[in-house]
Amino acid sequence: MSDFILRLDDVHTDIAQYRILHGVSLDVPRGGVHVLLGRNGAGKTTTLRTIMGLWRARSGAVVLGHRDISAMHTSEIARLGVAYVPENMGIFGGLTVEENLRLAAGPAGFDPGRLKRIFTLFPAMEKFRDKSAWALSGGQKQMLAISRAIIEPRQLILIDEPTKGLAPAIIRAMIDAFRDIARETTILLVEQNFLFASSLGETVAVIDDGRIVHRGVMAELAADRDLQTRLLGLSLDAHH
Amino acid sequence: MNAAGALFSRFGIAFLPAIMVVAALPLIGSFSSWATLSIAGLAMGMMIFMMASGLSLIFGLMDVLNFGHSAFVTFGAFIAASTLAALGGWVGAPSLTLNLMALGAAIGAAALFGLAAGYLFERVIVRPVYRDHLRQILITMGALIVAEQIVLAIWGGSPVAVPRPALLTGSIILGDVAIEIYRLFAFGLGLAAYVALHLMLNRTRIGLLIRAGVENREMVEALGYRVDRLFIAVFMAGSALAAVGGAMWAGYQGLISATLGGEMLVLVFIVVIIGGLGSIQGSLVGALMVGLLGNYVAFLFPKLSLASNMLLMLAILMWRPNGLLPAVKR
Repeated sequence: MSDFILRLDDVHTDIAQYRILHGVSLDVPRGGVHVLLGRNGAGKTTTLRTIMGLWRARSGAVVLGHRDISAMHTSEIARLGVAYVPENMGIFGGLTVEENLRLAAGPAGFDPGRLKRIFTLFPAMEKFRDKSAWALSGGQKQMLAISRAIIEPRQLILIDEPTKGLAPAIIRAMIDAFRDIARETTILLVEQNFLFASSLGETVAVIDDGRIVHRGVMAELAADRDLQTRLLGLSLDAHH
Repeated sequence: MNAAGALFSRFGIAFLPAIMVVAALPLIGSFSSWATLSIAGLAMGMMIFMMASGLSLIFGLMDVLNFGHSAFVTFGAFIAASTLAALGGWVGAPSLTLNLMALGAAIGAAALFGLAAGYLFERVIVRPVYRDHLRQILITMGALIVAEQIVLAIWGGSPVAVPRPALLTGSIILGDVAIEIYRLFAFGLGLAAYVALHLMLNRTRIGLLIRAGVENREMVEALGYRVDRLFIAVFMAGSALAAVGGAMWAGYQGLISATLGGEMLVLVFIVVIIGGLGSIQGSLVGALMVGLLGNYVAFLFPKLSLASNMLLMLAILMWRPNGLLPAVKR
């Protein structure tokens, strides 16, 4: 079994006439939380969407386990056990909380054990089970989006800026939940909140202008102020 | 918005057609005229609903502007008329069974044509122009023109008479009010179509997928479903509904011509827009309002009748820019 659940090899992605990813190469180890950091517009979301097949890589390879998924349809990638939680959470507001979960659970229906675990992690999901998702608060919507990602066993969960706009108390609950989820799967987390990211991440990659400019262990980056300033400062300075 | 306004927005909109019916009574004055106009309006509304509901789902689910939708209305009308003409013996027979068989064959033929032609239309015409509204408008308008020419080539340019089965002719007299049996039948069939669609959308897994796909197609795919395959099924069902709506409309009008679909296109789009994209309930409310208003205005202010539906759309969009009951809350 490969030590890496996901490998991106020299991935270039265009959106309309613009090239967003200029040869991203990234290895995501199996298990735990791994973080992709970068400023706005650096290519974080494009990287996740390219992995998920929502935007097609112009060149390069995206390999899940030992399988090249670069040319696969999004639905096929999802069926291989990749879940995606977009920045806007992507919940279906016109559906109830339970219907959102049922859709993610697949035709076989709910696994009672997994459902119980979700209700333990996020009690609001049980409380508002029959409520329309559009009526949930921002934090609850994020909990629903995460719940949908873990209602089935997954190899890899791609999560895009889950703390955006959330209150500190909710963020603390998210940290606990992510630690629990990462015991059974791999999370690739895109984040701008460095405190949140550093409290969870085992490895980190920093992306700038569509290229990976740093790879390493999160604890080292968290302990090295100069490196943080250089990497994150470099990202900011480069665009001023 | 105050509390009463919010409450009305949430629950009251579904009752707008009923409010319209009640408000029309003092304006019309005569109870029998009001009842006749109301029943005609409800029957018309139900037939327009059948034509519009499929388009609303297609628009909402795949963001496809299908101006060719009304070609299915035209073909449905002509196929039903030809089927009824071919079964003339059953249509005119004083036998409920034979009448029902003729009617079932006409509606069934229209629905089957809608299913098959819908499949071909999606594969050949619509599929190459996904995500390109301008090309969608051009190619589907072109398809509508071609469809009209095919109808002219097959059925000719003269209006075609539509035989009506004996069981659907005549009226029921209640006091001073004469209720055409055909209108009751059209209302009943439309209501059955609405109930079936409502149950399918709210009680089945495929319905759950359609509702989710209308909101966020990309996310449905990210959950492991092929929305394009779902769309073919919706497109076929929507085309079949339009063909059945056309068949019912043919029986209602008695005489049909190749321009029928083009004439209905504006009404169908008005219903889809005022109802809210992708919303079956919205399409029903919108269609009933369009049907009722058309009849009331034609009676009260005949000179305004052509503009009445446009004015209705203008008023509703000023009040609710996303339509009455949009499937996606923004």
